[in-house]
Amino acid sequence: MKTKKEILKVNNLKKFFNTPQGMLHAVDDISFTLSEGETLGVVGESGCGKSTMGRAILRLHEPDSGEVIYKGEDILKYSSKQMKKLRTEMQMIFQDPFSSLNPRMTVSQSILEPLLIQGIYKKEDKRSLRIKVKEIMNLVGLADRLVNTYPHELDGGRRQRIGIARALVLNPKLIICDEPVSALDVSIQAQVLNLMQDLQEQLGLTYIFITHDLSVVKHLSSDIVVMYLGQLVEKAPAEKLFANPLHPYTKALLSAIAVPDPDFKADRILLEGELTSPINPKPGCRFAKRCLYAKEECYGNNAGLVEVEKDHFVACCLIDGFINQEKGVKQKQ
Amino acid sequence: MKDLLLIKDLVIHFETDDGIVEAVNNITLGIKEGQTLGLVGETGAGKTTLAKGIMRLIHKPTGKIKDGEILYKDKDLLKLTEKEMREIRGKHISMIFQDPMTSLNPVMTVGEQIGEVIKAHNRISKKGIEKRTCEMLETVGIPSGRAIEYPHQFSGGMKQRVIIAIALACEPNLLIADEPTTALDVTIQAQVLEMMKSLKTEFNTSMLLITHDLGVVAQNCDFVAIIYAGEIVEYGELRDIFKNPKHPYTIGLFGSIPNLNDNVKRLKPIDGLMPDPMSLPKGCKFNDRCKFAMDICKEKNPEMVLLNNGHKVKCFLMQNNI
Repeated sequence: MKTKKEILKVNNLKKFFNTPQGMLHAVDDISFTLSEGETLGVVGESGCGKSTMGRAILRLHEPDSGEVIYKGEDILKYSSKQMKKLRTEMQMIFQDPFSSLNPRMTVSQSILEPLLIQGIYKKEDKRSLRIKVKEIMNLVGLADRLVNTYPHELDGGRRQRIGIARALVLNPKLIICDEPVSALDVSIQAQVLNLMQDLQEQLGLTYIFITHDLSVVKHLSSDIVVMYLGQLVEKAPAEKLFANPLHPYTKALLSAIAVPDPDFKADRILLEGELTSPINPKPGCRFAKRCLYAKEECYGNNAGLVEVEKDHFVACCLIDGFINQEKGVKQKQ
Repeated sequence: MKDLLLIKDLVIHFETDDGIVEAVNNITLGIKEGQTLGLVGETGAGKTTLAKGIMRLIHKPTGKIKDGEILYKDKDLLKLTEKEMREIRGKHISMIFQDPMTSLNPVMTVGEQIGEVIKAHNRISKKGIEKRTCEMLETVGIPSGRAIEYPHQFSGGMKQRVIIAIALACEPNLLIADEPTTALDVTIQAQVLEMMKSLKTEFNTSMLLITHDLGVVAQNCDFVAIIYAGEIVEYGELRDIFKNPKHPYTIGLFGSIPNLNDNVKRLKPIDGLMPDPMSLPKGCKFNDRCKFAMDICKEKNPEMVLLNNGHKVKCFLMQNNI
């Protein structure tokens, strides 16, 4: 097997928003790497900064500091002209297919817009444009007859396919998918997920898949990062994370999933309270307030990600204790 | 066990300028005392219309209950006067609506909103209302001191708790919960569901839980009804439905969800889309999406077939098997 090529490396990415109440730490010191053809799943609750992170990588929100290294170059140093060119390789699929399409543009206009903006095709080039639209629509499974329809005539699943088509039309390498299926019904969701998997295989795409749905993430991702209030708390290959979650938040998150099996009796870890405010966070572990194991030391220092086993990173001050405890249990058995 | 609520051949249509929307078509369904029935279906299947039909909250003048009976303790709710119906709502049957962000009144404190129901159904002093309101808030895990706060001061999970407190304030016999946790995060969803479960036992309430999340159903319900295009296509005990689904639509639903325990590389979705309730297909409503569709499915609408243990399926495939 040939070694996987690294396509994206994010170093210490930070994005703060200045609000009347104070500094909102939306993305606070996040680092990860991503290899070509893989899928990185980003999970977390609403308000934890998942979407802001996705947008900051594409510079749709200008990051405050850090590095985003794409194919060996720091794109945060790019001029807007260079950035525009680079955007052909990095695309985004947005969350809500009901509001992310222009209601006054037909399907073909929406799909072709990126090509015209990038100047790859000219407006006069009607014939090749028509061919291109047909090609892309076939790829994402939209019937030809829908070429001249408007978004309001279509259902959510088809609209999301347009969103995917728009992202694909420029032949990107990396696609950031921000909750692409959460607005869809389960049977339609499955259709779209299958489509995205097929396209990844066919076109060798790399995905960053942002979602709050853990079963979807496990289904698609090779690696998973868990976010809490702007920071990564755990990072591991999908299998490892689900088999052996180590951070108390990840544990609670996984135990909260309602499994569609009446025989499944979950040992629910019920968290107290809700996500605290990301505005002017106090020093110390941000999860400490809701954590069942929190000790005094947790309020004092903020642990960074530490590699506890191969490829498995956890940010928790008490992690050594947990691992020793588990080892103890295993030895007893 | 006796049925607390029995819906018989209920038909609800919306007569709009563009045509007739056939939202609920001949639904027969019973909810047993002290049990939770899960009603599962996709957007537009008629779940919410059915729930609103039970409460007689269908939008007039377009919406009409065309036919059928809704028997609550052997009394037909459809024959009651509006005044009598008001006695039922909130006191005997109450409802939790889908979106906690929009179903509270933004210019009333949460305490006033809980007190409102108590005042409407009980002859009780102002002090008594206040006391009961505080009790209800404590029951759903909110400090009673927050009764004087407004909805915008609460988070999503907290608002949903307030709504649950309103719904349970008069200890109803039947609680209709319309997607109570869809708008919430998983950890909050787990909190709210756990709380609803314990309150249900405490007050001995029966529940109709409407959802599209099969996981939520598996962890909370005793019986399950699957609804498609305004018809119940399968009904049975939780285990029968989950372990032995019979209707092609139910099987398709289970194939569509990624499972955490099995490693499935590809999902098996149902092809096509839900039919438009304004022009439902002839015959079985599911025939154009069904892998097993036969000629007869396009002609005639199948009858409910009773298998064992109260497991009912509306499909011609089952009729042939018997």
